[in-house]
Amino acid sequence: MNVASRASRSASRRLDLAAGRVDLTHGAGGRAMQQLIEEIFRPAFDNPMLARGDDQAAFEVVGGRMVMSTDSFVVSPLFFPGGDIGSLAVHGTVNDVAMSGARPLYLSAGFIIEEGFPLADLERIARSMGEAARAAEVAVVTGDTKVVERGKADGLFINTAGIGVVPPGIEISGDRARAGDAILISGSMGDHGVAIMAHRAGLEFETTIVSDSAALNGLVADMVASVPTIRVLRDPTRGGLAATLNEICHQSAVGMRLDEAAIPVRPEVLGACELLGLDPLNVANEGKLIAIAPAEDAGRLLGVLRRHPLGRDAMVIGEVTADPARFVRMATRIGGERMIDWLAGEQLPRIC
Amino acid sequence: MKHLDEYRDAETARRLAASIHREADTDRRYRLMEFCGGHTHAIFRYGIEDLLPANIEMVHGPGCPVCVLPTGRLDMAIRLAKRDGVILASYGDMLRVPGSKGQSLMKAKADGADIRMVYSTLDALKLAEANPDREVIFFAIGFETTTPPTALAIEAAAKAKLGNFSVFCNHVLTPSAIAAILEAPAVRDLGAVEIDGFLGPAHVSVVIGSQPYEFFAEEYRKPVAISGFEPIDILQSILMLVRQLNEGRAEVENQYIRAVTRDGNLRAKQAVSRIFELRRDFEWRGLGHIPYSALRLKDAYAAFDAERRFDEPYIASEGNKACACPAILRGAKKPTDCRLFGSVCTPETPLGSCMVSSEGACAAYYSYGRMRERTQ
Repeated sequence: MNVASRASRSASRRLDLAAGRVDLTHGAGGRAMQQLIEEIFRPAFDNPMLARGDDQAAFEVVGGRMVMSTDSFVVSPLFFPGGDIGSLAVHGTVNDVAMSGARPLYLSAGFIIEEGFPLADLERIARSMGEAARAAEVAVVTGDTKVVERGKADGLFINTAGIGVVPPGIEISGDRARAGDAILISGSMGDHGVAIMAHRAGLEFETTIVSDSAALNGLVADMVASVPTIRVLRDPTRGGLAATLNEICHQSAVGMRLDEAAIPVRPEVLGACELLGLDPLNVANEGKLIAIAPAEDAGRLLGVLRRHPLGRDAMVIGEVTADPARFVRMATRIGGERMIDWLAGEQLPRIC
Repeated sequence: MKHLDEYRDAETARRLAASIHREADTDRRYRLMEFCGGHTHAIFRYGIEDLLPANIEMVHGPGCPVCVLPTGRLDMAIRLAKRDGVILASYGDMLRVPGSKGQSLMKAKADGADIRMVYSTLDALKLAEANPDREVIFFAIGFETTTPPTALAIEAAAKAKLGNFSVFCNHVLTPSAIAAILEAPAVRDLGAVEIDGFLGPAHVSVVIGSQPYEFFAEEYRKPVAISGFEPIDILQSILMLVRQLNEGRAEVENQYIRAVTRDGNLRAKQAVSRIFELRRDFEWRGLGHIPYSALRLKDAYAAFDAERRFDEPYIASEGNKACACPAILRGAKKPTDCRLFGSVCTPETPLGSCMVSSEGACAAYYSYGRMRERTQ
C-alpha cells in the first residue's frame, strides 16, 4: 500500500462521534475542519444555501424593511432542562429579530470550541440547533468554526446573527410607548434563569423547573397580524422583566405602573427565588415577551396571545404613565407601592 | 408556595393595617426600629409603610452583616485574596463593597486575584477539596444565623484533615449591637435618637431564641416583638408593639412562633461554642469598637483561622467621610439624609456598603423607594 492511498483512507475515516474530541486541527482550515463541517454541521442545518459550500450565503432581497441582530451565547452549563446552548442560540437571535415585528429568515452561526470538547456533545448541540431552526422556520445559511487551546474558552461559545423582514405597516420600537398604553406579558417570569441556576455546579437542588427557551416568531406573527398597532415588543432576557421595562421607560421617556398580583410567577420558581434570595422580576426569560399597545387594543391582543401555546398564561400587567423621572412603580400584593429598578451588578453570570 | 401565600395575603394585610390605624394613638409617635436588614428590605419590597399611619415611623437598624463590617476588615480580605496560591470564597454581596482607596474584591478579581462567589460554607469546603494545591479561605460574615454553618464547616474540615481550608471570621453578635445602640449617648442622654420599640430579628432568633432580648425589654424599657420576614409577620409585629406601648408594657413578644422558641436552637448554639470564643474587641462600621461583640476561632482551631494562619493584621480605615452609613446604621439618619445618596452613591457606584448589600438600608431606599422622594 502506498503512502498516498493510506493518507486518503485515513482522511475518509469518519469522525468518532462516540468518544472523539475536537482538536486544534478541526479549526485549522484543512481537511479535518472540512470533515467537521461535513459530518456535523451540514447534516444538522441541512439547507440548499449552506449546501453550496460558499463562504457566504446569497439570497434574494425582498421589499420592505429588513432587520438584523446578533447575540453570543456563553451559557453554563451547556445542557440544561428545557434546552441547550444550541437551541438557545437559535431562539435568542430569532427572538431579537422578531421583537421588531419581523419575520426572521436567515441565521449565521459562529462556533468557538475549546480543544478537547467531546464531538458527541458538539453533534448533539448542532442537531438541537438544526431542530430549533427548522421549528422556527429559519435557515442557518452560513457559519464559522474556530478551535482555541484548552483553557482559552469554556467548552463552547456560539454566536448567531439573524436577518428578518418587517411586514408593511408595522412600526415597533422601544421608543414608542405612550402614557395610557397597556403593558402585557406572554407568560410566567423567571423560568429560564432559575432552571440554569438550579443546575449550576455547586448549587444543585431538587427542582422541576425547565427553561422556557422558545422561538417567539410564530407568536409575534399572529400578534402583528391581528393588532398591527402594537408599539413595543421586547423579550425580557438578562435582567428580567425589571431591566427590560426600565429600558423601555428610558427609550420612550415614560413611567409605568404595574400590578404585582397580575404578574405570573410559577410557584416552584418563586420558591427557588426565595431560597436563593432572588427577585423573579430580575431573573432571565428566554421564551417570553413584553408587548405594549394602545389600551383600546389590549383586550384583543390578550386574546391573540392566549390562543397561542406560547402565550397561554398572558396577562395585562399594568399601564404606561407620564413620568419625567421614568420610574417603574408597582402596586404590591398587600396594597403598598414600590419601585422596580434595574438590578445592580451581576445576579447570575452566564445565563445565556 | 402555599405556605408563603398565607403570609402575603392582601385581605389579612388590610385587616391588620386597619387594626393598627384604629389602635395607634394619634397623640403620640411610634418610632420602631427593625433591627434586621431583611426586615428593612421586606418593608420596602412590599410597600408596608404605605399601610401604616403617619405617626408610626420605621427606623432602620444595623442588622446587615455587610454594612457593619468595617472597611479595615474588607481591606484584610482583599489582601488575603491577593496572596499567591489563595482562593478567596465569598458571598456575592461582598464583591462590590468599597474598601480603602477605591479597592473592592471585584476590582481585585479583575486584577487577577482568584475570588469565587459561593452560596454556602459547604461550597467553600468543596472548593478546598477540589483544589488541594491551593489555599482556600472562606470570607465568613454574618450574625448568629450564619455562624453555625461556619462552625460545622470548620469541624468537617478538621475531621477530614483538610489542610488547605481556613476561615476569615467576621461573625458578630446581635445582642451586642442592640446594646450599643441603646447605650449610645444619643439614645440614652440626648434623646436625639428616640426608639420606642424593636422589631426583633427572625432568623437570628431561631438560633439564639427570644431569651437574650428580655434584658433589653427590662433594663431599657423597650418592647420587643420578634418578627418573621413576611409582610403579614411584620404588620402583626407592629400591631403587637403598638399595643405594648399603648399599655405601657415593655416585654419580649414572639410573633414568629412558627420558628422561634425561648431557648433557640440548642444544637446550633453548641456547635458555635465548640469552635468559637468571644473576641475581646471588634470594630463595627457605624457603631465603633464594641467589647465582646464578635467571635473568633478557639486556639484548638487556630490552623483554620485565616487571620492567624496568614498573620494578617487589622489596619483600621475610615472609609469615605461624607458617607452617612455610620449614622444610618445607628438609626440616627435616614438614607435620604445623606448628601451622597442617589447622586454620587448609587448601587452601580457605591461609596458605602449600605448601598451595596441586599440587606442595606440605602439599597432598599434606592431600589424600592426612590419614587417616594419625588411624590413628597
